[in-house]
Amino acid sequence: MWYHRCNQLQQIMLKIKTPKTHRAKRALEKRAPKLVENGKKTLILHGTKTSNMLNSVLTQIYHLKRDSAIKYTKKNENIRPFESGGETSLEFFSLKTDCSLFVFGSHSKKRPNNLVLGRMYDHHVYDLVEVGVENFKPIESFKYDKKVTPQIGSKPFFAFIGEGFESVEELKHLKEVLLDLFRGEVVENLNLAGIDRVFVCTAISSTTVFFMHCALRLKRSGTSVPRMELVEVGPSMDLVVRRHRLPNDSLKKEAMKTASDQPKKKIKNVSSDVVQGKIGKIYIPDQQVGNMPLSSDIKGLKRERREAKKNKVDGENQSKKRKTDPRPKLSVKSESN
Amino acid sequence: MGTETYQIDLGNLMAFDPSHHFPSVPSDREDLVKECLHKGTELVQEIANALFSLPSAEDPDGPIVHLPQPTTRLPREKHLPKPKPPTKWELFAKAKGIKKHKKDKRIFDEQTGTWKRRYGYDRVNDDNDVPIIEAKLTDEPGEDPFAKRKAEKKKRVEKQENNRLQNLKQAMKVGALTSHVQLAATALPITGSQKEAPKKASKEELENVAGMAATATASGGKFDKKLPGEKAPKHTGKYRKFLPVVEGKGMGNQEKQQTEKILNQLMAKSSHDILDVNKAVTMFNVKKEKQRRKEKDREAFSTSTKLKPKKKSLKRSSKKKN
Repeated sequence: MWYHRCNQLQQIMLKIKTPKTHRAKRALEKRAPKLVENGKKTLILHGTKTSNMLNSVLTQIYHLKRDSAIKYTKKNENIRPFESGGETSLEFFSLKTDCSLFVFGSHSKKRPNNLVLGRMYDHHVYDLVEVGVENFKPIESFKYDKKVTPQIGSKPFFAFIGEGFESVEELKHLKEVLLDLFRGEVVENLNLAGIDRVFVCTAISSTTVFFMHCALRLKRSGTSVPRMELVEVGPSMDLVVRRHRLPNDSLKKEAMKTASDQPKKKIKNVSSDVVQGKIGKIYIPDQQVGNMPLSSDIKGLKRERREAKKNKVDGENQSKKRKTDPRPKLSVKSESN
Repeated sequence: MGTETYQIDLGNLMAFDPSHHFPSVPSDREDLVKECLHKGTELVQEIANALFSLPSAEDPDGPIVHLPQPTTRLPREKHLPKPKPPTKWELFAKAKGIKKHKKDKRIFDEQTGTWKRRYGYDRVNDDNDVPIIEAKLTDEPGEDPFAKRKAEKKKRVEKQENNRLQNLKQAMKVGALTSHVQLAATALPITGSQKEAPKKASKEELENVAGMAATATASGGKFDKKLPGEKAPKHTGKYRKFLPVVEGKGMGNQEKQQTEKILNQLMAKSSHDILDVNKAVTMFNVKKEKQRRKEKDREAFSTSTKLKPKKKSLKRSSKKKN
């Protein structure tokens, strides 16, 4: 969509463009703002310089979020999320890929192994958290039974431990961003057989969070609730919060507006009355009385024929039995003396 | 150990323990991991307890529970869709009280006497179906009535397209354009940039432009015919002073003086110990003030930079040797 100032509209010739294929129309409607939104997608990219550790961090985050993430491999030198001019590329990429979360990795002497986790609102930067990664252990370094590996796209559990998440503002912000990042789609129905992963985040100090990804094993217990067992599988790292930028209040208010403020959809054929309460209308389709089949006319359903067939199958070599009519017949008795 | 109350958000499958704190960070990594796993297991067990107590529906893949809405509020990724503004017809219909009626798909066509579609392939009142158009008294002899009908239809269609465009423009102003419709510019403004269309040139700009054009003449616009009401250009005349070819009586050695002056200026630039600091400071301050004033003026009077005349600095170089 192009936003023009209204006085310019009078001077520019406009043409209405509609998609020529249904596929294009569906793609555009998918990206349109909706009442109930799609799951957020993540864009993973890096700056001019990255370290080995950072590269592996980015690839493993991508593996964790396989279906809902896009990873860019090129170096981007003009992206500086915290500077006022350095976000234009990010916003452009977000518009192109329809991603509202991003993970930007960079490495420098001042900020080694730096990850900037950010969110977008309407494809403009909403808020940012900059963390440094330390003590990173990749997935390959963990030894575990391959059968407990979590499936891609399963809904994860979250465990946040530590009072720091409530008292320190940076950690509160980081908690929100981590939740948003790894949450996956918001679903109404969950299959209890499919829960297999949990993200455990512990606030070790007022600046550091120990982040772990574990697989869940459901063990048999006496009650209907299975016993949970955590097996460390995934990447684990220490996130040291460096900088963060909160959204300004007006933007935050606008982004937090929920769909529940809008009136709900009207259910058809239901109305309510003061006297009678809830009334529903039922529409019955036209009954073609003339064409309805009469059930007693159907040949195969006659009890006689059924029984006869059964007897035929039962006793082939038996003598031909006289067909007896089970229905009681009025016997005509002839009075004779 | 802290209290056992955890904040559980079932919609997000999240549990938060706000009361836990590490009295001292365990120095050993192993111990830290073990402790975190232990606490994590507790929290996950709590969530599972709450989860499995929900009523579940049976499914061949497993029990399915209906999750409640998540309690932690997270920001949206896009704005809420705005309701479309009513179109011009809708406003008119509302004002007049015209109600929508459901239209039949098949209508009886009077001309051919069959049932036809309302629009599309085999339609009612198709122009191609009329074989004969009777001539009226008002008709001119040379006109083709069939062509006239076609032309009228074309006009109607064009009018409708314009109305549709106006409605869409209205919707775009509010920001409520339908997702699959885009309004694209077909002809860009002359200045080339898509964001800034040329604004109407103001009176002062036009005067300045006339002054700029005047400087292109050899005499600097002094002898140009002026339109009634046009003011004299701001800086008349040229700025080069030519020395007289033949020196007059009381003039002296003008050429020598001129070259001396120029040489002094050149030499003065390279020597540093003849700088008059006070004078330099005052000159700097004056220049700065002028710049500030210029910026203020520019802010208040925002015009396209292309139409503003280049303001040449008319002062000579200030570094003079006394």
